[in-house]
Order: sequence, then C-alpha cells, then structure tokens
Amino acid sequence: MALDRSDVEKIAHLARLGLNDADIPRTTEALNSILGLVDQMQAVDTAGIEPLAHPLEASQRLREDVVSEANHRDSYQAIAPAVEDGLYLVPKVID
Amino acid sequence: MHQMTLAEIARGLADKKFSSEELTRTLLARIAQLDPQVNSFISVTEDLAITQAQAADARRAAGENGALLGAPLAHKDLFCTKGIRTSCASKMLDNFKAPYDATVVAKLAAAGTVTLGKTNMDEFAMGSANESSHYGAVKNPWNLEHVPGGSSGGSAAAVAARLLPAATGTDTGGSIRQPAALTNLTGLKPTYGRVSRWGMIAYASSLDQAGPMARTAEDCALLLQGMAGFDINDSTSIDEPVPDYSASLNDSLQGLRIGVPKEYFSAGLDPRIADLVMASVEELKKLGAVVNEVSLPNLQHAIPAYYVIAPAEASSNLSRFDGVRFGYRCEDPKDLTDLYKRSRGEGFGPEVQRRIMVGAYALSAGYYDAYYLQAQKIRRLIKNDFMNAFKDVDVILGPTTPNPAWKIGAKNADPISAYLEDFYTITANLAGLPGLSMPAGFADGLPVGVQLLAPYFEEGRLLNVAHQYQLVTDWHTRSPAGF
Repeated sequence: MALDRSDVEKIAHLARLGLNDADIPRTTEALNSILGLVDQMQAVDTAGIEPLAHPLEASQRLREDVVSEANHRDSYQAIAPAVEDGLYLVPKVID
Repeated sequence: MHQMTLAEIARGLADKKFSSEELTRTLLARIAQLDPQVNSFISVTEDLAITQAQAADARRAAGENGALLGAPLAHKDLFCTKGIRTSCASKMLDNFKAPYDATVVAKLAAAGTVTLGKTNMDEFAMGSANESSHYGAVKNPWNLEHVPGGSSGGSAAAVAARLLPAATGTDTGGSIRQPAALTNLTGLKPTYGRVSRWGMIAYASSLDQAGPMARTAEDCALLLQGMAGFDINDSTSIDEPVPDYSASLNDSLQGLRIGVPKEYFSAGLDPRIADLVMASVEELKKLGAVVNEVSLPNLQHAIPAYYVIAPAEASSNLSRFDGVRFGYRCEDPKDLTDLYKRSRGEGFGPEVQRRIMVGAYALSAGYYDAYYLQAQKIRRLIKNDFMNAFKDVDVILGPTTPNPAWKIGAKNADPISAYLEDFYTITANLAGLPGLSMPAGFADGLPVGVQLLAPYFEEGRLLNVAHQYQLVTDWHTRSPAGF
C-alpha cells in the first residue's frame, strides 16, 4: 500500500515535523521506497516466534526509591532557548 | 610522531621519549594543517587538550603509568561533553553545550586520555556515508572524492589521515565497522550492554553501542579497556566482569573454528572483496584455524527489519527535540504547535526527517503489529541463526561491506541504495553480538575490510584473531598518500 500526499502530511503532523510544501512529493517518494523495502518482511513466516526487544533478554533493573540526583535546574536552564524565573517559556497556550 | 599507534605512544610516554603535551601540540598542528582536506572534526578542543595533556604529564611524573595516560583521541560528536558543543552533526544541536559528560567520556578522561576534539558524523548517526552532516560531508583520506563511510565517518577519516591514533565511535547498524572498513582501520562494536550508552545521544536504543576505532586490534583492546564496564545510569548496561583484552591478544589460533556463511557470497558482493575475504581465511588457516561452512538463513530479512526497528526507536528518541528545553528553536513561533513543527522541520535534515516519519508510521495505530512486532520477531529469527551457527564455530568471518567506498553523491538520489551497504553489519546489532572490522586489502586503491563476529562478550576473541592476523599481514600499516 503506497502512501499519498495526505498520508505523508498526517504522519508529519503526528511527528510534529513541519514539511515544506515543495518537498512533499520527494518525501512521499522516499518514504514509499523505504516502506517497499520494509514490506519484504511481510513474506516471512513468524508464526509462533516471540518478539525480541533486548538482544540479551535482560529485564529492567529496579533500585531503591531514594534520591540519586542533585538538582541541575540552573545548568539545564542555562542552555534553554527561553526561560524566566526558573520556567521554560513557550508561546501562549490558553487565551 | 603522528604515525604512532596508541601502544607505541604508551611505550614512548613511559620511556620519557616525549611528553603528552609535545605529542598533543604536534597533533593539534597537524589537525589545523590537514583537516580542511577531510573535514573530520566539528570542534577542535585545543585548550582542553593542552590542559588534559599537562595533567597527564603531571600524573606520570608522580609515578602513574596507565596505558591511556596522556593518549590523544577524539570523540564522535554524539557523546555528551560537559560545556563543549555536542552537535550530533545537526543544526538542531548546533548551539547545544552538554551539561554533563557521557560515561564513556568520563571514563576515558579519568584514565588520562587527551580529547583533541569532537568528530564529524552523519546527522544523528543516520547514514552510511557521512554526507548528511550539517557541517558538510567528510572525505575519505584514501581518495578525497569518495565517502569515508558512516555514521562514524569523522572518527574514521581523522584516524586514517593520521590526525590522531584513535577515536570513539558508535554503531547502530554498522557505523563503526563500515567506516573502519572503508578507511583501512580496525573498529569494534562491542556486545550490546558492554559499553555504557549514558550520555550518548540516542538513535535506536536497543541497537546503539559505542566502541573503539584505531589502526590496530592492539589499540582497540587498549581503548575498549577504558570504555567497557557496567554503568548504573544505563538501564540496559550488563553487569559482567570486563576481561583484560590485551592479555588475550597473543593466544594461539590453533584449532580456532571459523564459520563462513554461504549466504554472504550473494550477487551484491564485489568479487574483488570476495577474493580478499577468502585470502584472509587462508592466512588464518596458516595460523592454525579451521573453516566450517555455516548458514544464516534469515540474513536477507535483516535490512527490512532494521529499517522498522531503528526508525521506530528514533521517532521516539528524537521526540525530545522540541525547541523548548535545549537546541534549536524557530523564529517567531505563532503557537506551540508551530514552535514544535518549525523547530523540528528546520532543525532536522532530510534523512533524519525521513526516518522519524517511517518510525512514526510503523508505530501508528493499526500498523504496530504488521511492522514493529513483525520486525522484532524477525530479530529473534536472526539471533537464533547466530546461536545455531555458534554451536559449530568460534567466529564468523565475512566481508564488512559489499563494496568499497563510493563517490560522494553517488547514492544520494535513492536512500535505499546506501541502506543496502549495511547488509553484513546490521545483523550484529539486531542480535546484539560483538563485531570487528579489520583491514584486509585494497580494491583499486580503496581499502577493504573483513568482519569477524563472535558470541556475546567475546570481544577478546575478536581482538585476538585480528591481532594475530595483523602480526602476519601489513594491510593495516598502509597510510593514504598525502597523510
């Protein structure tokens, strides 16, 4: 199943990627080419095969619920595009 | 001085033939003189390097004698370096100075290494040619019109051009081994979980692994020793003891069982590379190895599965770049959605955007089972193939790449054509196995690599085989003309 322009626009919106209108045909072609390659998977018989997420099948470690980190707010805010009073600034969300 | 390996540098420093500061100043001058030809560095950290070299010399004067104490190297620009630009070769992170050091960076700094700079790469490690960097393509020192491979292409080109003896790289689908092969280096991707991923900017977290790139297996052993080990900060780090990689370099290869999968010799393989692979097998047989045929029946499904798993994980990992907390933010966003979309649309290059969209599509409602789950099932089939093969052999040997380095721009029209260059390397990432590429000859003046794969945590075996091979061959000692 090939993607069309509206599919690509929908995917770009899901991924919050602003595409240039002029690039959409080329992007659509590239995505269809990649998905064509990927679709070769559908011919593989995987009945009864368990999916593999971690190559060594390790499970998530747990630790005691204790504070392990210092407060890095100042160093993290120092590299942010816009901050004020310790907060990250974004355009107005609610009128 | 610039021709010395890490091992030779360690001996020279121990014998007081030169200081780390002298060596560092020599290499910094060489980088300033020659790097404009290859574009292997994004940032040169001159002040840091001199400070670290002087500190290493002082430690040595006080009686310390570590193998990496005073050794110059560079880090791929996706390892976070505190207070130093960590760009991932992306406009998105051009202004990003990491607030902390990656575990790999911190461990190597503690061992006394000297950081000469941060190396160029494919944007967010997505690519096999180092052409997708925001800072421009890297050139292959063996032929400046050709690619060095990727994504660790800057690390490869810098070491190949003798700008420094070794560098760190990362490998998600071949990004250490493929550029090592294309530039006549030795490069090792360790077992998944062997080296901490903490502070590595994530591409595909279930595949990403950091490793050493150098001219010899002996040097890769020294560098891996400084990188490997359990890290509580990496949730998939494996708590296994780290062996002494240098100690096993000289083990005999008598009786070593090498597997050469019949599926490796398919139509896509350059016959000159096939011949060099078989020649390397003959060399290893002279050292006592025996050859068994093995089969990897699911090999051809690896690339399709990879191009679901890696983009799916990338689309999730790269969602953190939102123009709010760090990195690039677009001008004059009209609302929050516009801020997200334009910051990401302007900050990411085309290949990164393609992979994010493939991943977002594969994970979207209704497609998850057909894509991501099916890819993970194929991943198990590929792992099972290796587990079966390793019942009969100790290492698997084959080409690292189907072709030597191609001309810059030759594969730009169709992204798929470059994806196929990772045919031999991707399976090690899917299965989590260690893999090494070593120099094995030349095709029309361009380097050819041979790949060795081993069972989990047998990095020492790979380094041992490569070192023994390098004792009886001289491919790895060849330098590109002009460097």
